[in-house]
Amino acid sequence: MSAPDLRAKPGWRSVKDRLMTGLMLAAVVAVLVPLAAVLASLAARGGGIALASFPDFFTQEIPRFSRRAGPGMGPAVIGTLLVTATATALAVPLGVLGAIYLHEYGGSGRFARLVRFMATVMTGVPSIVMGLFVYLLWTIRFGFSAFGGALALACLMLPVVIGASEQMLRLVPGHLREASYALGATKSRTILTVVLPAALPGIVSGCLLAVARAAGETAPLLFAVGAAKAFNWSVLHEANTALPSQIFGNALDVPAAQGRAWGAALTLVLLTFLLTLAARLVTGRFALKR
Amino acid sequence: MEPALAMSTPDLPPDLPPPPGGAAIHAERRSAPAIEPPAVFELSDVEMFYGAFRAVRGVSMKIYKNQITAFIGPSGCGKTTVLRAFNRMHDLTPGARVVGKLLYHGVDLYAPEVSATEVRRRIGMVFQKPNPFPKSIYDNVAFGPRVNGTRDRKRLDEVVERSLRAAALWDEVKDRLDRSALGLSGGQQQRLCIARTIAVEPEVVLMDEPCSALDPIATARIEELMRELKSRFTIVIVTHNMQQAARTSDRTAFFTAELDGATDQRTGILVEYDATARLFSNPRDERTENYITGRFG
Amino acid sequence: MQLSELRGRSQNADRAFRWLAAGAAGIVLVVLALIAITMTDRARPVLGRMGLGFFTQTTWSVPTNTYGALGFLYGTLYTAVIAIAIAVPISFGVALFVTQVAPRWVRRPLVYVIDLLAVVPSVVFGLWGLLVMAPALGLQPSYLAAGIILAIMITPIITSLSREVIETTPVTDKEAAFALGATRWEMITATVWPHSKGGLVGAVMLGLGRAMGETIAATLVIGNTVHVTANPLAPGYSMPTVIANEFGEAEPLHKSALIALAVTLFLITIAVNLAATWIVQRSMRRSRGT
Repeated sequence: MSAPDLRAKPGWRSVKDRLMTGLMLAAVVAVLVPLAAVLASLAARGGGIALASFPDFFTQEIPRFSRRAGPGMGPAVIGTLLVTATATALAVPLGVLGAIYLHEYGGSGRFARLVRFMATVMTGVPSIVMGLFVYLLWTIRFGFSAFGGALALACLMLPVVIGASEQMLRLVPGHLREASYALGATKSRTILTVVLPAALPGIVSGCLLAVARAAGETAPLLFAVGAAKAFNWSVLHEANTALPSQIFGNALDVPAAQGRAWGAALTLVLLTFLLTLAARLVTGRFALKR
Repeated sequence: MEPALAMSTPDLPPDLPPPPGGAAIHAERRSAPAIEPPAVFELSDVEMFYGAFRAVRGVSMKIYKNQITAFIGPSGCGKTTVLRAFNRMHDLTPGARVVGKLLYHGVDLYAPEVSATEVRRRIGMVFQKPNPFPKSIYDNVAFGPRVNGTRDRKRLDEVVERSLRAAALWDEVKDRLDRSALGLSGGQQQRLCIARTIAVEPEVVLMDEPCSALDPIATARIEELMRELKSRFTIVIVTHNMQQAARTSDRTAFFTAELDGATDQRTGILVEYDATARLFSNPRDERTENYITGRFG
Repeated sequence: MQLSELRGRSQNADRAFRWLAAGAAGIVLVVLALIAITMTDRARPVLGRMGLGFFTQTTWSVPTNTYGALGFLYGTLYTAVIAIAIAVPISFGVALFVTQVAPRWVRRPLVYVIDLLAVVPSVVFGLWGLLVMAPALGLQPSYLAAGIILAIMITPIITSLSREVIETTPVTDKEAAFALGATRWEMITATVWPHSKGGLVGAVMLGLGRAMGETIAATLVIGNTVHVTANPLAPGYSMPTVIANEFGEAEPLHKSALIALAVTLFLITIAVNLAATWIVQRSMRRSRGT
């Protein structure tokens, strides 16, 4: 028998294969380019104003006349911190408790299934709808305040916290609970002292991600927080402001204001990236694996 | 002229005494009618590595044309690893490496200019668990020919019918070629996979424990099929069922695993390779005898 | 031995905890019910006035108290379609690349980076789109500009879900295709595609739901003009964007119309999200069962 020729045959098949692989690679590039472009713009246009005159950008008030160039965005930074922290304080305990009910008590009963379904529905609520809802329920009666925004953000965070927490609780092995029961502990004690600590890293990670998302939401702020220009440290009284709404408002304003918008955008992105990084670190090091 | 593509001289089976007289008689033997079939594969000191771990060492053997060669031995001793080296399936496993010479009609399968796709067109494989595509019966069998360029519907019809007949499945499915292959029974699915493999007309069909997921009746049908296919193809089958090897194969290779005391890792080795009748009735190595008589395994 | 001895003192505390947790879970239902009630209540005036004409007319005129939402419905759908048309091929390409082509050591870092795209707040994308991307591409605010920004924002979620679906393709099918001498692309069309088809549809629908509800990024680049046209370069308007723009200064009936829009948007996105989740879950269950 003559020796077989096993070299690759030229032809449409291998060309097509390589063409398709090339297209896939092009898709990856198409995704990375906008990311790089956005980060580059933030660094270039926001870096100057935010970092060059450090710490003015974070300590000065927002100029009353938007035509005036230069920093700062101090009130917005404080506002974001206030609103987000309050929202977290509302959403996390309620969400974790709710998840505890669903997984440890509810099981597959009718109430639990209804809550789970509605939580899924709630994750799909557009943030503008949530903003309108809080406007109708709170802002009309009590006016603009950081708390109103926190309410709206908490509603957005709640289903996410419930979902992530329930997932983590599911990963806690049953024999840990059994060991605790066998020692005579009540169910609530078991949950609080055995199950929750075991699931905690994963829950923390999920909450950090929820906070990152909430910090970036704009629509609820427009309807509940307002657009103050001075520092407002009060959570309950008077209109406040936050980074996302400032960015939105200044984007369509004069170039001086737009410069401040870039600085605010850089600050916001750094904040959300830090929260996400923290979440991933916690997951990587400590959380229970699937 | 590339020496790698030159044909190797036919070798003599290990049990005949070396011819007296040397080269002259050797040349005369070459022109005389062959005593035994030509070799399809020739392995010289082939070893398999996964990263730094040596899974198989020192395999040297020849696989002959139109014969059924069986690889037997306890689990974890490298039978499947060696089998998958024949059709370059290890390319799909990152970190897997084949060392040594694995010649197919004198060509080194792992030479850099050799295309794995071309290799697999000539050397097909049937897997342990039947794995028909989620397509119709017709499209499963036609997949290979279609991918290799056959577009003409009439020719495809011919190839599909011929392959299904050769796999002893035609009568059972000829009226429902358009139905999903996943609706067939396990044994039928495996015969479909065989039909799919032979539809591209390879020279060699590798079988990795093809009957281990099937009931005894389906198994018997596949063994019968193998005997029929032998005349057209060269078959290498891995099986953990000794009796199956004894029933169906012409030659048998017995593998076992050596335990490395220091690292607790097991490396597969080829212990004995002989005509089936002789290996089972009069094994040369004590380990072979122990395995065959059931003292371990 | 008295029964009361076995009862234990902590029974009441345990029961109280259970009720607390159940209450937390129930908040989800309360919030959703409140949203439904308050919003439909406020939407009634305008629907009483316009009837079904609210959904079929395009005239939206505040002075004459005529509110036809068709233009915004069209805009929402149109921008979402553009976004899907751009995002889906890219997302599929990336998902296929990551699961089938990329060497193992590249996968994790690549997925890490692509997921960062999902962390960037939508308002930052809006700012960048308005001030950097649109001028760079020579685009005025238009349906196309909004569609591109939305595409960038929904790509991470479609990619991530597609990856999960594609990875459920049985390895043994892929090996069979290779063993028959197929190239990688031929293997993908023969085994990955049939197995993943259903789930990928679900992933696309989830992206669609997200694109329709996204407000802020779109608002900055859509053009803010009602325009029912197939020309993608025309400025346009959509439900979330008009709500964001006009709510601040609106009179009661105007506000009612905007709230009615919000309710419509809410119902549409919920329907799409639920359908998508159901499809994806069904496909994953099927693939694992095979």
